[in-house]
Amino acid sequence: MTALLHVDNISKRFGGFVALDGIALEVEPGERLGLIGPNGSGKSTLVNCICGTLQNETGSVLFDGHVMDGLAAHERTHRGVARSFQLPRPFHSMTLADNLRIPLLYTVHARSGPLRSTGDLDARCHELLDMFGLAKKSKQMPRDLTQVEMRKLELARAMAAEPKLLIADESMAGLSYSEIEDILALLVRLNERGITIILIEHIMSAVMSFSQRLAVLVSGKKIADGKPEDVVRDPEVVRAYLGQ
Amino acid sequence: MNTLSFSVIATAVGLAVLAFAHWLGLDYFYFAGYTILQFIVLSTAWNILGGYCGYVNFGSAAFFAMGAYSSVFMHKFYPLPVPVLVVIGAVVSGIVGFGMGYLTLRLRGAFFAIATLAMAVVLQTLVINWEYVGGSRGAYIIRPENLEVAGLTINYIEYLFVLMLILAVVALATSRAIERSQLGFGFATIRDDELAAEACGVPTLRVKLIATTLSGAFMGMAGAPFPYYIGYLQPQSAFGLEYAVNSIAMPMIGGTTSWVGPLVGAILLGSAQQYATVTISSAVNLLIVGLMLVAFVIIAPNGLIGLVQEYLRRRQR
Repeated sequence: MTALLHVDNISKRFGGFVALDGIALEVEPGERLGLIGPNGSGKSTLVNCICGTLQNETGSVLFDGHVMDGLAAHERTHRGVARSFQLPRPFHSMTLADNLRIPLLYTVHARSGPLRSTGDLDARCHELLDMFGLAKKSKQMPRDLTQVEMRKLELARAMAAEPKLLIADESMAGLSYSEIEDILALLVRLNERGITIILIEHIMSAVMSFSQRLAVLVSGKKIADGKPEDVVRDPEVVRAYLGQ
Repeated sequence: MNTLSFSVIATAVGLAVLAFAHWLGLDYFYFAGYTILQFIVLSTAWNILGGYCGYVNFGSAAFFAMGAYSSVFMHKFYPLPVPVLVVIGAVVSGIVGFGMGYLTLRLRGAFFAIATLAMAVVLQTLVINWEYVGGSRGAYIIRPENLEVAGLTINYIEYLFVLMLILAVVALATSRAIERSQLGFGFATIRDDELAAEACGVPTLRVKLIATTLSGAFMGMAGAPFPYYIGYLQPQSAFGLEYAVNSIAMPMIGGTTSWVGPLVGAILLGSAQQYATVTISSAVNLLIVGLMLVAFVIIAPNGLIGLVQEYLRRRQR
């Protein structure tokens, strides 16, 4: 089986600071990958390089057999990479339904020709809101949402683009245990539908229960990659997290 | 209501205005009305970029002047009927808008506003030094008294008034159509969050360029008949602060998120200015704009439309 995402030796610098230093990573179709690392280890930079928000300086990103280097973020979204943001970034002036309408109009519509009628579009919005438990709030504004609902909206909007790969960047930070369970269950459900997921998270219990494989970034380098149980026992990983 | 029926209604309203003006038979009404209509077009054009996309353009006067000066140029080079000049003005200012967009849209907020202001200064300097269109002395355009069309004699100022009325209807219909289209949603995502917009698949650069081009083209359209209206065009008046300030203040006062805002703002502020010009002095114009802008920023930051929407929302609860 060929990998869905193939990150080949990419590097990224900000001035003199090396944020990513020769990262290689492969993700198989349908896989659930956990990506962990201390603050400032380059996780979000890696996500930004995969999604096209930032351009890597060396190496290349292959997705679904195509080279993605040099493509703008929206073109990568069209090809099937979706992401949620670490801090939710909803469209503040739009209702929840309209927030989901954007990826439907600009990505799904562009990909598969005219997205049927406006009625189909509305139906699709509500189906998604329903799936994420937000159906009752479809006409409300993002500012009326609670923190966990905001995270769900962020994921719902990423899912509206009908991606092959979903990158969830710390979608559980600051949530309570039951809320974390809630989001985890959602992510597992999405995965069961065949969507490959990369989960970036600090909450170890969540990462451990979710991931089939775990990769660890420290100071822009990947120091471990393998079965979650093995990785957390890796002496280098322990050292990075707990110090010597 | 779809765009077609809206256009029909807008045209009917336009015809009613025209019938009223005709019935009044007052030249002054055409003069004053022309200015107000011109500001409806200008503020609607500004709102496409400033209101829908959230990019504040301080260089509206430059786009307006480009339209006016392309008419002056054509008048000397190869005289054409004014409606054709409107199209030429739109093309010239549209190109300038596209260029400005390409050069400056990586800038956001105040930096974008400063860049547009700088562009206006550069273009004004170019025009001042361009002898063919009159340079700093300005250019005279002698307007014929009447226009003969198919055996009919039409008062020229009435003709310009009708032309501007048509432009206003076109601008409003376009802006309203955009608001409800995929493009309108794209504009709104740019106003809200460009990074999230890209992540949702919105080609932000392309969408922004469409906005700057459209906005510029409409401003050019508003400017093209201006030399014929005013009779004598000089850089200071075409690039006047009045245009830049008014095209920002009018949508702000009316409300920037909908096509109604610029219309309401332009009628309100435009009429107030015309009234002040006649009763007090023309110099009071900008003072009125300034005071109203300050008042609205404090009392109704979302403009009159925002105020009405808020009121309706409260009543619903």
